[in-house]
Order: sequence, then C-alpha cells, then structure tokens
Amino acid sequence: MADYSQFNPAWGDRAPVIIGFLCNWCSYRAADLAGTSRFGYPATLRDIRIMCTGRLDPTFVVKALREGADGVLVMGCHPGQCHYEEGNYKAMRRIALLQRTLAQLGVHPDRVQLAWASAAQGGIFTETVKEMTEKVARLGPMQWRDNLEETAPHQEEGVPL
Amino acid sequence: MSEEKVGVYVCHCGHNIAGTVNVEEVSEWAGQLPNVAVAKDYKFMCSSLGQEMVEEDIKKEGLTRVVVAACSPHMHEPTFRGACQRAGMNPYLFEMANIREHASWVHQDDKPAATEKAKAIISGAVRRSLELAPLEPFRAPINKTTLVVGGGIAGINAALEIAGAGYKVLLVEREPSIGGHMAQFDKTFPTLDCAACILTPKMFDVGNSPNIELLTYSEVEQVDGYVGNFTVRIRKRARKIDTTLCTGCGDCWERCPAKVIDDVYESGLGYRTAVYRPFPQAVPKYPVIDTESCIYFKNGRCKACEKFCPTGAIKFDQEDEVVVVNVGNIVLATGYDVFDARRIPAYGYGRLANVFTSMEFERMTNASGPTDGKVVLRDGVTAPETVAIIHCVGSRDKNTNVYCSATCCMAALKFAHLVKEKTNAQVYNFYIDMRTAFKDYELFYTRLLEEGTHFIRGRAAEVTDAARLPGEEGKLIVQAEDTLIGKQRRVPVDMVILMVAMEPRADASEVAHRFGIGCSDAGFFTERHPKLDPVATMTEGIFIAGTCQGPKDIPASVSQGEATAARVLGLIGKGEVQIEPVRAQIDEDRCSGCRICNNLCPYNAIDFIAEKGVSRVNPAQCKGCGTCVAACPSQVITGQHYTYDSIMSQIEGLLYDVRSPNEKVRVVEMEPA
Amino acid sequence: MSAKPKLAVYWASSCGGCEIAILAIHEKILDVAAAFDLVFWPCVLDFKKADVAAMADGEIDVTLFNGAIRTEENAEMAHLLRKKSKVLVAYGSCAMEGCIPGLANFADRKHMMQYIYHDAPTVDNPEGVEPQPQTTVPEGTLTLPAYWDTVKTLDQVVPVDYYLPGCPPEAKWTQAAVEAIMSGQLPPPGSVIGMDVTVCDECPREREEKKIKRFYRPQEIIPDPNKCLLDQGLLCMGIATRAGCGALCPSVNMGCRGCYGPNVDVVDGGARMISAIGSVIDAKTPEEIDAVLDTLPDPAGYFYRFGLAHSMLRRTALVRENGDRRAQPLEEVPHLDPKLKT
Repeated sequence: MADYSQFNPAWGDRAPVIIGFLCNWCSYRAADLAGTSRFGYPATLRDIRIMCTGRLDPTFVVKALREGADGVLVMGCHPGQCHYEEGNYKAMRRIALLQRTLAQLGVHPDRVQLAWASAAQGGIFTETVKEMTEKVARLGPMQWRDNLEETAPHQEEGVPL
Repeated sequence: MSEEKVGVYVCHCGHNIAGTVNVEEVSEWAGQLPNVAVAKDYKFMCSSLGQEMVEEDIKKEGLTRVVVAACSPHMHEPTFRGACQRAGMNPYLFEMANIREHASWVHQDDKPAATEKAKAIISGAVRRSLELAPLEPFRAPINKTTLVVGGGIAGINAALEIAGAGYKVLLVEREPSIGGHMAQFDKTFPTLDCAACILTPKMFDVGNSPNIELLTYSEVEQVDGYVGNFTVRIRKRARKIDTTLCTGCGDCWERCPAKVIDDVYESGLGYRTAVYRPFPQAVPKYPVIDTESCIYFKNGRCKACEKFCPTGAIKFDQEDEVVVVNVGNIVLATGYDVFDARRIPAYGYGRLANVFTSMEFERMTNASGPTDGKVVLRDGVTAPETVAIIHCVGSRDKNTNVYCSATCCMAALKFAHLVKEKTNAQVYNFYIDMRTAFKDYELFYTRLLEEGTHFIRGRAAEVTDAARLPGEEGKLIVQAEDTLIGKQRRVPVDMVILMVAMEPRADASEVAHRFGIGCSDAGFFTERHPKLDPVATMTEGIFIAGTCQGPKDIPASVSQGEATAARVLGLIGKGEVQIEPVRAQIDEDRCSGCRICNNLCPYNAIDFIAEKGVSRVNPAQCKGCGTCVAACPSQVITGQHYTYDSIMSQIEGLLYDVRSPNEKVRVVEMEPA
Repeated sequence: MSAKPKLAVYWASSCGGCEIAILAIHEKILDVAAAFDLVFWPCVLDFKKADVAAMADGEIDVTLFNGAIRTEENAEMAHLLRKKSKVLVAYGSCAMEGCIPGLANFADRKHMMQYIYHDAPTVDNPEGVEPQPQTTVPEGTLTLPAYWDTVKTLDQVVPVDYYLPGCPPEAKWTQAAVEAIMSGQLPPPGSVIGMDVTVCDECPREREEKKIKRFYRPQEIIPDPNKCLLDQGLLCMGIATRAGCGALCPSVNMGCRGCYGPNVDVVDGGARMISAIGSVIDAKTPEEIDAVLDTLPDPAGYFYRFGLAHSMLRRTALVRENGDRRAQPLEEVPHLDPKLKT
C-alpha cells in the first residue's frame, strides 16, 4: 500500500478514496484503455459509469463526500465532443457552481474535479487520477462524519459554552 | 431490507484478474454481503461453462439479480445479459463489476489494494443491482437504405457490395467525382498495375448501378436518429450544370478562359479551368463550375461555356439543394488528408523548386498528368539524373505525427522503380526502417535492391541548396546520418521526393461529432475494438472503412469497405434493431412546469404541454443521456437504468468500508433528565 | 380528568413565528381549544417542564414542536416530549430542516460566541464577559445548557411522526393538520403534510425556456410582474421548493426563498438548485461561466438558506487545529481567492 502520510500526516496508514463518475462513451472507455494498456495508477478511484456527465446530479457528489469519500472526480468527453452534443457543458457549469457552494462549506475545490478524456486517452485518464490523488492526498482526509459528531459538552468551569 | 437474491460471480480471467486480485478472498467476502445468496469464483466466466453456471443458479437458487465481477461491460455485458435472459431473468437486472480494466490491470504493483478495490467495486455493483428494474428493449424496423459517405476506393467497395445484394445505397462524395486519392495514382504497389485500369471499372459500376444513388459535390450536414432509423440532411452544392441536359461532351471546359491551379486532383502541379471535370474517367461525367474562379461570377461577363453548350445545360442561377433522407445504416469512408510538407521547413518544400511531395510525383508520373507521365524537374523539361526519396515526412516524428503512415515505404519503392524506369536516374532512399509487411511486398523490396536503388538508413536532417563541397553546386543536398556505417553523408541530387504522411481529414473531429462517433488521439475515427471489431464504431449503425480509421493501403481499404458491407447487410437481414431502453420519463402528475429541462435536450425530445403546464419526453427522440434527469429541480424525471436510487446505492456500496453506519437518522443518544 | 386529547406546543431554537402561525388559524383556534386539552405551551400557558416530566409516557396525544435543536436544553426537551407524546410533529421549517438558525452551521460555537459577545458592532462588553456553563453566586451555582457546534433538526435528535413545512407554515396547512389529527385521518407516519409539486405549480407567472446570462439581486432590477422571475435572472428558489404557500413571494415580485424546503423525496434541496441553475446558465467556457457565477454571490447561503442543517453535508467542515476543531472562517474559503478559481 502506498504511503500517503508523506503528503499529509493525517492519513496515517489510510489511503484516499475518490469516487469517480465516468461517462459511458469517453472517459469510461479511457479507463478501460488504461487497463488494457496496463497503465498503472493509484488504487484510490472507485468509479461509477453514467451515460453522460450531463447525468451528474450534484446530489451524487455531496452524497459521496458525506459517505466518506475524500474527493470526487467527474470525467467526460472533451468539450465539443460529447456523445450527446452538450452534456459535458452542463456538467462544467454545475460543477463550477457546486465548487463555489462547497467552498463555502469548507470543501476545497480540489476535492471535486471535472476533467476530460476521450476514449483514446488512457494516458490522460491515468495522469488525471494520479494528479487528483496527489491533490487530495495533500489536502488530507475528509472524514465528513467527524463534522457531524457533536463535541463533548463543555461543562468544565471557565470554558465558555 | 430488500428481498432480492443476488448471485455474485468473480472471474479469474486466467491470470488477468486472479494474478493481482485475490479472487477467492473476494468471492468469499462477497458471500457475506446482504442479499447475496450465491458467491462463486471461476476461471473464465465468459466461457460457456461459466455462463451455464449463472443460468443454473438463476433457475435453482431463484436468483433475482446477477453480478459478474470480470472485465469491462463494454466487453461482456451483452454476453451475461444473454445468459440471464436464457435462464428467464430480465437481462437488465444484470450488473457488471469491472475488476479487470479498472482494478487488476491497473494496480498490478499493489495487490492488496487491488483486492480491496475489487471488493468496493463489487459492493457497489451489488447495491446498484438491487435498485435495477426489469426493462424491455425498444424494437424498431431497419430502414434498408444505406448511406455511404466518401467515394474513395473504400466507400466504392462498400456501396457496390451492398447494392449488389439488392439494397439501396446513397453514396455521398464531397468532390465533383468519386474515385478519391486512388484516382490520382498512376501505378499501384507491389504489382505495378495501373490504378486507373483497376479503379475505373468500379467507378463505372457505381455510376450504373440501379441501386446506387450518387450524390457528388455534396456534403452531409446533419444526422439524427439511431441505428436503423437515421435521418440525414445532405447539401447538394450547386454544380451550375443541369445534369439532365449535360452530355459531358467537354465543349464548356475546352472553351473556358479561366485557368486555375488544380490543388485537389493535380496536387497543385497542374491547371484546370473554372468549369471542369476533375479527370477524364470522372463519375459522374458532368462538370461543375467553380464559382470562385469563374469570370462570370467574378465580374458578370464571359458566359463562354453557356454560349458553346450544345444542350443549354449551363445554369448560372442554380442554387444549393438540401435533401433529407432516411437511412438505416451509415458507412463513413471519408479518407485522409495529405501532410503539408511545408510544416517541416528543413526539407525546403515550397522554397526549393525541385523538392516535390509524393502526391505531386504521383501526378507527374501519371500518363494523364500535367507532364504526360514524364519525370522532370520543376522547369518542366529537364530529366533528373539523381533523385532522393525521403521517407517518413510527417510520420514517426514526435514533432508532427508519431504514427507510421503504413504505405509510404512501399510507395517510395514504387517511385524508385518508376524513376529508374523512366529516367535511369540514381535513386537514394533515406529511410528509418523499411516496412514491407504483407503479401509480396518484401519481394518488391528485394527487386528494388536488385535494381540498384540506393538505401541509406537514416532520417534526413535537411535538404539545402547551399553548396559546400565540390560537385554540390546547383544541386539539392540531402544531409543525413547513415546509421549503418555511422557517418554523416551529404548526397547531392537533382530532385527530392518527400513521402508525406497520411493525416486525418482537417474536419475529421467535426465530422465524427456530427455522426456521433469518436476520434483517436491522432484524430482518426475510433473503431469499436481495435482487433475484434475494426469497422464498427461506438455508435450502433455507423461503420468506418478505409483511411478515415487510420493509415492503410488499397487492399486494406477495400477489405474494410467490404467488411462494412457485410455488417450492414447483417443488420438489414435481421430486419429490426433492439435499442437500449435507457430513456427519461417525466412524472406529469408531479411536474410543476418550471421549464428548466425544456432547452437542455440536444434532441429536442422535451415538449412543454402549455395547456397542462407540464413537460413531456418524447421517447422516440430521447437518447437517454440523463441531462434532464439530473437537472429537474423537483426530481420528477426518472432516468431508466441509471435511476437516482441506483446511483445513490452504488455510491453507498462503493464506500462500504468508509461510510459511517446508521446514516439515515443519527439519533443522539441522550436520556431525558 | 378530561377525555379530550392532550395537545402540547413547544418552541426550541426558533423566532417564535410558528407560535403566531398557530394562532393564524383564527377562529379555528377556538375549535382547537375546545377539542384539545392544552397540557403544555410555555408561550401561552404556565406549565413547567416538571409538569411534563410527571406525565406518563405517551400521555400527550400530539406535540407540535417548532424550532431547531442547538442547545442541550433543546435536545433534552425534544427527548422528553418524544417520550411523553404519541404523535410528534416537526412544526415549521426550523424543526423540519433547521431553517435560519441552521445557518449557524456555517460557523461553530467559538465563532458564534466571538461574534455575539465581542465583535458584533452593537456589542458593549468592555470586560469581555461570556456566558459560562456554571456561575457561582451567593445563593448557589447557576447552570446554563451547553451550546452546540452544530444546529440539528428535530428528526436528527428524536424520531418524528409528521412534518409541517414552511417558515412559518401557512394557516391552511396547520388547519389541515389539526383537522386530520382531530378526525384521526392521519397519513402514514413520516409524511410531510403538504403538496408534492413545487412553487411553480402555484405561481401564475409566465415561464419560458430558460437561458440565464447573468443573475440580478432584487435591488438591481424591477422585474416584469407577469414573467417568471428566474427567466429574468432573479434567483427564485420556487423551482426546487415544495408548493403550499400559494407562491406568496413571487406574487409580490420577490423570488421564492425556499422556506417550504425541497420537494418530496429530495434529500438535498441545495444540490437540486445547483443542478437546475447550472444547467440553464448560458455560458460555455470556464471564463464565461465564472463571469455569470460572479453575479451570484453566496450560493450556499441562497441554496441552503432553510435547509442547511437537513442537507447532505449539514454544516461547514470543521478543521482540526491543535487537536481542537473549528469551522473554516469564511474569509479563508478558497473560492474567494481569485488564484484558486478553477
């Protein structure tokens, strides 16, 4: 297992977990091609196939973060090459708005990334996963559930409420 | 908890998966997952024994969902859907977990991580499978007419095969005549038979086939629909000639006073008139008027062609015509572009007169070309005494194209032979590697070696007219390292031929997008599988043939053209297509008519029903991308097979090891005081 | 003892509007008074916690609970009333999804204390006094309930039977709920008493296909009173907000704020808005998209104004500092730094 504590000591012996949303036509096939070509990349990505990045409901992103993912990587066809004409442009706008919204909730924009790879770009896919993994590794674990656990009531004297 | 019974099958794929992922551990682990009734690992799930195992378990164990953890769904999803269907289970209740391409093959250096990731992928697939609903594919009849785009040798063969089987073909060609690049060639390697002699009969057959409708000087502007039922809009550019009256007699172009350089057919080496037929064997025989060079269109005077036309076929006011046709299948055979040799300034093309491209040389050596087949320098009279042929110009070069153009070595040998035959000049080939694979090609190479052609192994560094040494004055000097003897060489020659690369058409990505297919990194159209499905594309009903798919020679282009015909005829023979039932549906009772979704659909499949104040998806037009599904602010659009619940469950499944338990309601444990 | 069903009304962290909203059923309140035995309503009647604690479990037939849970006292009362009530209704947006008090989840306890007792411009606190959990006075020790980092909704603390959305709920829905309770015609537990369409369904404005080139804040334009506000670039939450109010805000030229919460089955109303709004922005390059989004300040505040505490993420991330956790201060939020714009 790769040692991610070199990027951020908070990882300990854990590895980042990134949820991927890959479009059926370009990026999923790019991932397939990366496999066929035996291009290695960190085992941090767990992907979901959707027909088009246009199907990407921001709810899925917040769901993944809430459920313990440290990052979300959405990949589609290059702009202008969407199998469904323009789905990736919609994803581009939704992700931009989502990144701004999440930033206000303390989620760094690097944790939710949108990238492109055509079906022929296994190499680009591989590099994207590597880069994303490193970015997330530097940011440290997300562990959203920790945010939801109430700290112990501060009842000791002298500690403000 | 759900009542479903899931069967999980973990494939070893020989060592492909089992060599990296601990498949026994994974399958044992999967057996513990909620709802999993059966979990097994097996050497090759896609084998008939593997499939039978699934079928048997469905029947015996009463499985209601099947998850196969193996390769990409693009590889074997149809295989296992078939197995499920044979056992009486709806095929859309099957789910594939891709632990080969997405795990074992990419995490070979970290086996424990690959194993853990495989578990997560399977957990996601199992959770997703629970949310799947049975679906029935749409069935639609196949329109028996086929559209072939591109009238080169690949498209011609595709069209002839399909037409020969008795079905209608629409052949669309951008240029005024079919024939493509092959029509420009003189001889063809390795047999040296004359290109025109073998191509012309085929072109003639196309022109005369009752089943082929030829639309030359035309381009496809828009493609809608799906396999079996495409609607295509084609622009027929105005020829300015009434083809019902024209006899192809030639009076018009003989009288036309406007002469322009013919950049297309003559590769810039010769001239044509403004009203022209690209070459004598052109099909169809009718000329076109090039309005950009026609004197009448420039200044309103001349009309020489109209005056001399014996049948009154010249129609200056003819307009472009747009036709809309319905076809069932589409073959793309749009060919290649020739590499622009100016992009490598060191070779001096366009600056040094006697540097020619291979296409120019084809025309020069062609008996019907601008020099009547004489091999001469740019002055038009002097025969060269020494000729250099530089290979890989724009190929195998990280500055231009990294791929090999596949045909240039053989074409260079052909040129060397023709130069020798016609001028007896000394010929020097500057090559990186000689690539003469395929039948009888190596024999031709041996023949050239015996003919006394010189071969210098080394990429030419530059072509210059700056003489430095005696004997170089007035010559072109090719500088190269002869890597076989390890020395720099300067070879003075009279003529240089650059073997230019085959490149994707300049508008290839635009065309690919128009037809809904993909392009490789280099820009050629992408086939469905590089080995096992070389002429199909990711889009059903659209096939590719010839050099639009990648550099190849005539026999390979012909084979692909005919292969596409076989695929098209196969579909026509079936009579109907099954289309994935992945569609969006709006719950009209709950639609509030906000109209967010209305202009998101690229296929205009969403209508707003004003009187009811709701939006509605037309399933025939919907292609199932899911954009409207994601956008609906009241979440009342369902995307079949990729439903909200199925994806949410898959997320939970994928994160089974990191998510906190009891997510739904986190009740704070506290007793009232 | 009275044979009438027993009714309790309680407010936790809320503004008090819901209490008034209950009275907004006008003369029907007399029917309520006649039909129910009011056993606990601190705002109106002088019952004490001890009176409730003395009741048998499940003795109260219905409790209308409004307000979010942000202190231990709130939580304690929620648990107590849950235990003593047959039916617990999360009444109004605060109890249902956190509402305005839930916006505190953009910060944490430390930030709140700092601002409220020190930094707010109206504060006059030269000695820097802060409330303490325990204060010793000659008469003994006084205690105050602990104040939480995170505001919670009622159902994040105790199980809830029914929900009544709105800030505050419209009288007709309160009335419908009361009538349902009185008649015993209750929907299945867990139901929201309300509609399953969005505000657009009740909004008479004319809507067109949407293409938004820029957003306007309400003070920037005078909107056409007949056309959809969103079509005019005014951020209206109506598209993603449960109907039931009769499109009150849009009918006075103000974009819907979203107080009825998201539609049925929607777990994260903010994400729905992001998806819908992102879909119809008329821009294709990252630069164009940024330019449009720059006209939409504070998207999280807009989209999660009422639902932050009940959203998927519930609050802003707490960063760990010296072993202690704190919310990321807004000025450190990356998107405000132009260099980090993606």
